[in-house]
Amino acid sequence: MEKAESNKKLISMLIAGAIGMFGFGFALVPLYDVLCEQLGINGKTSSTASSYQAMTIDKSRTVTVEFMAQIQSDMPWEFTPEMKRMQVHPGELIRTNFKAINLSTEETLGQAIPSVSPGQGAAYFNKTECFCFNQQRLTAKASAELPLIFFVDPDLPESISTLTLSYTLYNITDRGYVDAIEQGAAR
Amino acid sequence: MTSTTHDAQDNIEPEHNQADHHDDHHEAMPTGIKRWLFTTNHKDIGTLYLWFSFIMFLTGGAMAMVIRAELFQPGLQLVEPNFFNQMTTVHGLIMVFGAVMPAFTGLANWLIPMMIGAPDMALPRMNNWSFWILPFAFAILLSSLFMEGGGPNFGWTFYAPLSTTYSPDSTALFVFSVHIMGMSSIMGAINVVVTIVNMRAPGMTWMKLPLFVWTWLITAFLLIAVMPVLAGTVTMVLTDKYFGTSFFDAAGGGDPVMFQHIFWFFGHPEVYIMILPSFGIISAIVPAFSRKPLFGYSSMVYATASIAILSFLVWAHHMFTTGMPVFAELFFMYCTMLIAVPTGVKVFNWVATMWRGSISFETPMLFAVAFIILFTIGGFSGLMLAITPVDFQYHDTYFVVAHFHYVLVTGAIFSIMAAAYYWLPKWTGNMYDEKWGKIHFWTSVISVNVLFFPMHFLGLAGMPRRIPDYAVQFADVNQIVSIGGFAFGLSQLIFLYVVIKCIRSGEKAEAKPWDGAEGLEWTLPSPAPYHSFSTPPEIK
Repeated sequence: MEKAESNKKLISMLIAGAIGMFGFGFALVPLYDVLCEQLGINGKTSSTASSYQAMTIDKSRTVTVEFMAQIQSDMPWEFTPEMKRMQVHPGELIRTNFKAINLSTEETLGQAIPSVSPGQGAAYFNKTECFCFNQQRLTAKASAELPLIFFVDPDLPESISTLTLSYTLYNITDRGYVDAIEQGAAR
Repeated sequence: MTSTTHDAQDNIEPEHNQADHHDDHHEAMPTGIKRWLFTTNHKDIGTLYLWFSFIMFLTGGAMAMVIRAELFQPGLQLVEPNFFNQMTTVHGLIMVFGAVMPAFTGLANWLIPMMIGAPDMALPRMNNWSFWILPFAFAILLSSLFMEGGGPNFGWTFYAPLSTTYSPDSTALFVFSVHIMGMSSIMGAINVVVTIVNMRAPGMTWMKLPLFVWTWLITAFLLIAVMPVLAGTVTMVLTDKYFGTSFFDAAGGGDPVMFQHIFWFFGHPEVYIMILPSFGIISAIVPAFSRKPLFGYSSMVYATASIAILSFLVWAHHMFTTGMPVFAELFFMYCTMLIAVPTGVKVFNWVATMWRGSISFETPMLFAVAFIILFTIGGFSGLMLAITPVDFQYHDTYFVVAHFHYVLVTGAIFSIMAAAYYWLPKWTGNMYDEKWGKIHFWTSVISVNVLFFPMHFLGLAGMPRRIPDYAVQFADVNQIVSIGGFAFGLSQLIFLYVVIKCIRSGEKAEAKPWDGAEGLEWTLPSPAPYHSFSTPPEIK
């Protein structure tokens, strides 16, 4: 009898452990995001606009900023940066454009996801305006200039001399349509 | 409860008699297929696991033959690239979840109750269930190969977005089969823990446990800790693919790199799940044939526990090239190298056990010695891969393929074969054919090195893994590798022959056929009676 009791206790502890670890697997998802954000390590830039206050522009230092634009394979657009690389001074407010052309004969909805390399530089790359904050809609064969206004934080570590901003454009026509209408109404 | 039934049996059964070979009379035993379907006997279930694992080993091996046949020449000749990818994927899944893990569970079922002086596993009905769901899992997985669009083709690691955005329609079947395999493993692990904690014979204290029992106890905890994480990972893949979630999809705010973190949080402890029981097997066989007690028993226990703990701190060494910050790469590099210390302790102890021993080289010992040498080679190539800067060159090349086949084939599988030869006399009551056992060993050990050693050079020269075609300069070495592969595959049919021959005939085995062997299982007659240790043995 005593053995059955202690078996039961141990089994329930082990099953609880297994269920707990199943939950832990899912808990890793928010944990991952929080850790990456706190440590600033996976190259994700802020998804909201930062405000630019007048600051001293560090003329003594030049940072190379490179732009890359990629499209996911099922996205029927052409997507290119206006300039592939530029030299900027930290603190300087810069405007550049990306160009998007819808090559298909249907209205398509896109979402650009930015990523900065090296990852530690992401926290110092501030965008006051970015097309990636919103979904982009292009009617058949239409094209658009997509603006990006950014500045590099003067606190950027000395070890980083080049920042690469890469956008991947995803086709979200199927899943993002309703959100897009709401977004348009709000605007 | 079943354990109370056993307690009741203790009172009515006479004291176990060494000469009594007909100990299996007190319950009307169903015959034929029903015996195997409804069995709750640890020995029957162990046998089922071992045969299932061997069938899966041959199935996964047949897929490896397809892979090596296609790679015999550059260019595409036998199979479509998509089918080639399905072969590499399913070969990996079957060998990991179908061959190695069930073989260890089978050995655990057969041996742990006999080694700790228990009448059976603690949870015999769950034991039946944890085995019998496995054939369904693999039937589902294998059937997906015959479906429109094919089976899983994204590698056994099923990285997103390969397994989400770009995967075949049959991916749901892959997910469910992994769920079932996971449930089976978790139930098996719970059974092992409860058996070891609660069913030890009086006097069998923790530091008297045979190392196979210790290593399996630690393995079982690893299984309970990480198999649920795997279940969670495949569930996320399932919902990303079919229900519009975005765990791993950047367009919806997810992150494909996170897949790798979660997967390898399971995946790295998983590789120790597949090697720790091997350490226990080798720690039983080496002393038996060296006729000396194991050198450094307690350091073996602590080394096993340290490896298990460290295994949770090294997962990102599989993903050095994903653009991690330098401090993380250094952390994971140093932690990985740290594992070499307890592993080195083990290898040192085995060699020290053999040192000045009165060694004889029967087949189990041959496999054990080959394990020590070849597993160490796999360990060293693992150390090379742990060095972050050089991993950037080795990553995703055949060097990695060579590394993990050295630790899994000449490591895990050689130890399983060593175990089979060592305990076959106890299981069947007959001695295996030593001549054919040795032929099996020598053909295997030569061909396995022809098969996997040149892969190191292919990898260093830059041949990527998981490709059906390759640059012509790799042709010669690939032909050598393929020939080694075919020879190794054929050699395993000798093993099948030896096992069947041993079951059917052969010299009658004594209770303890190996004069240097230690452990309670050898106090039982051979073959071990259907019910053993109904009365707990005395432990000195």
